[in-house]
Amino acid sequence: MPATFKQETFRDDFSYRNSPAAVRRFPFPFADDTYLYSVNIEPHTAGAPGSAYECAFDIDEHYVAECEDRRITLESDPDRYVALPHMMDAQWDFLELVMESLSRDYPEHFLLQRDGTRWTWTNRPLAIRDSFVFGDAASLPREPFDYIARQAQGDFVLLDQREGDLWADAGMVTSQADWSLAFDAGMSFKQWHGPVPLAHEIGIFDRALKYLLALRQGQPVRRLNWTMTVHPRLDTAPETYPAWGPDRTLVTADNAGSLVHLRVELQALYRLPRSNGVLFSVRCYLASLDDIATYPKWARRLHRVLESLPPPLVEYKGLTRYRDTVVSWLARFDDGRPLEHGTGPD
Amino acid sequence: MSAEIPVLVREISEVVPGVRQFALARSDAAPLPSYSAGSHVVVTLRGPDQRLHRNAYSLMGDPLERDCYRIAVRRHAQSRGGSRLLHDSVQAGARLAISHPLNLFPLARLGRRHLLIAGGIGVTPILAHARDLVRLGAPFEVHYAYRSPEQSAFADVLEALAGQRLHRYCSARGERIDQTALLADQPLGTHLYVCGPGPLIDGVRAAARALGWSASHIHSEQFLAPPPGSAFEAMLARSGKTVAVAPETSLLEAIEQAGVIAPQSCRGGACGQCETEVLEAEGRIEHHDVFLSAAERASGRKIMLCVSRLQGRRIVLNL
Repeated sequence: MPATFKQETFRDDFSYRNSPAAVRRFPFPFADDTYLYSVNIEPHTAGAPGSAYECAFDIDEHYVAECEDRRITLESDPDRYVALPHMMDAQWDFLELVMESLSRDYPEHFLLQRDGTRWTWTNRPLAIRDSFVFGDAASLPREPFDYIARQAQGDFVLLDQREGDLWADAGMVTSQADWSLAFDAGMSFKQWHGPVPLAHEIGIFDRALKYLLALRQGQPVRRLNWTMTVHPRLDTAPETYPAWGPDRTLVTADNAGSLVHLRVELQALYRLPRSNGVLFSVRCYLASLDDIATYPKWARRLHRVLESLPPPLVEYKGLTRYRDTVVSWLARFDDGRPLEHGTGPD
Repeated sequence: MSAEIPVLVREISEVVPGVRQFALARSDAAPLPSYSAGSHVVVTLRGPDQRLHRNAYSLMGDPLERDCYRIAVRRHAQSRGGSRLLHDSVQAGARLAISHPLNLFPLARLGRRHLLIAGGIGVTPILAHARDLVRLGAPFEVHYAYRSPEQSAFADVLEALAGQRLHRYCSARGERIDQTALLADQPLGTHLYVCGPGPLIDGVRAAARALGWSASHIHSEQFLAPPPGSAFEAMLARSGKTVAVAPETSLLEAIEQAGVIAPQSCRGGACGQCETEVLEAEGRIEHHDVFLSAAERASGRKIMLCVSRLQGRRIVLNL
């Protein structure tokens, strides 16, 4: 748990950097030398102390800067927050879950005081303190979901469950890997997964949906997803593509180490109690290739994964322009010796 | 799915003859999770023969009341043990375990109007629905059918919630729900919810379909007790075990007793979690669930372990 939070940026001069401790706890996603789609869902139970999996909602050294980056994005594009009217119960479910989790897991930073429905929330890192009535949206400065999502790292989508499907009916999405909340809002599970290559054919989404429809309270699940991003940029939305898309042409053998970042999403799914909705949280971690190369095992593994990545996935993840450059850059770390199964750094 | 919640029976009350309400509080007195209307929990209790009984019961209290859950249990004449044990052997202060709540019968939040139909003890989730619809200020009406005035469990609670919107039908007085007339008279956009005995659910669903209701607007819930059958053998291809299934034991129970973990949740044929691939069947599969489609049943490739079984010698499962 960080005692201090960095002042840094995810845009313009990109002053974002990982401390050595942050690199060590980076949720490296590749346990094997090839990447294959699977329903890679596991219980979201407390992981090792200090790891990204220790707490329900991971808060790290980038917390304050990330909340500020989100504020800037929302100010320039308010459509990054959507909540349809029937999602108000889910909004309160989410607020309760985040406040309970953060105050329990990080008591030195967050405090929740409850007297029946009269609640007081203290967020020390962001210097926020508000008293409100749980269930009365007018007693908060913003809608409950909007209010608390601005105070947590990661993107959040609230799904309504009906007609044997899940519908993306509310969300706050400012650190997404090239997908649009405004486009996906109101869509069903299979609709918003429509563009994913290869996975439909092997029945991944049928199985995943069936599993999620029966997701139980108190038993959240998680999975990792990944892509790569040029510069440590959180906001890579289709809406701002002109601002970041061309960066892909900048990658050279000399600058790849500092410019190209492995972008890992720790995705978690929770059943929400009163609304029977599902929370989908996407916590984004960025590590430069230089960071990854701190650990030879990771560099070797990443080299092999990128080298063997099927072309449809290279295209879908937006790596076409610079994959070969990155593979060459990583080659120096790969002596070809076999690697044990596992994601750990050592 | 483990992670059961240990609970104490705080209070038992006889609601009407043959129906008891159990108030369950956490053993450590911590608040229970809140839940949504239509949710159930699976209650686990151990019989005198040490056999585990697991049954699903709808939560019917106020979801905002976190200090206890309330379930109502009717004593079934041909119970395999679950409801009979709860009635005859469980006293206030007894310790049980329950699952976290799961909702297979939720309200449709986009519904413009909600039509609730309950028969007998099927009133329990309908009660939770009515309470939530009152809270949300959504238009609804309730139709509650029961055998006799003595068996009209919770009619008073429902009346307090719904007032004029409650319609009662007492079959001892010859009163019946005219399903077709009731459904024909509903505006477009109405969602229908029905819970009760099998024939009521089947009748209402058939009437709705005949009138052209969209399947997305018809909701029902029915938990089934695993019916007994004849003995057979189940070979678990992936575990390499062969399990003998006795006439009174369900396939799921026999598999669990053999130490194999099978996916499961409601244990009543409704949730779909225990759907398992059939590799081979020497005999006829007796499907008792309400989950598989007619085409899936006809294929002979799938079975729900919790309530369905084999009439024959041997079944081979991909488990």
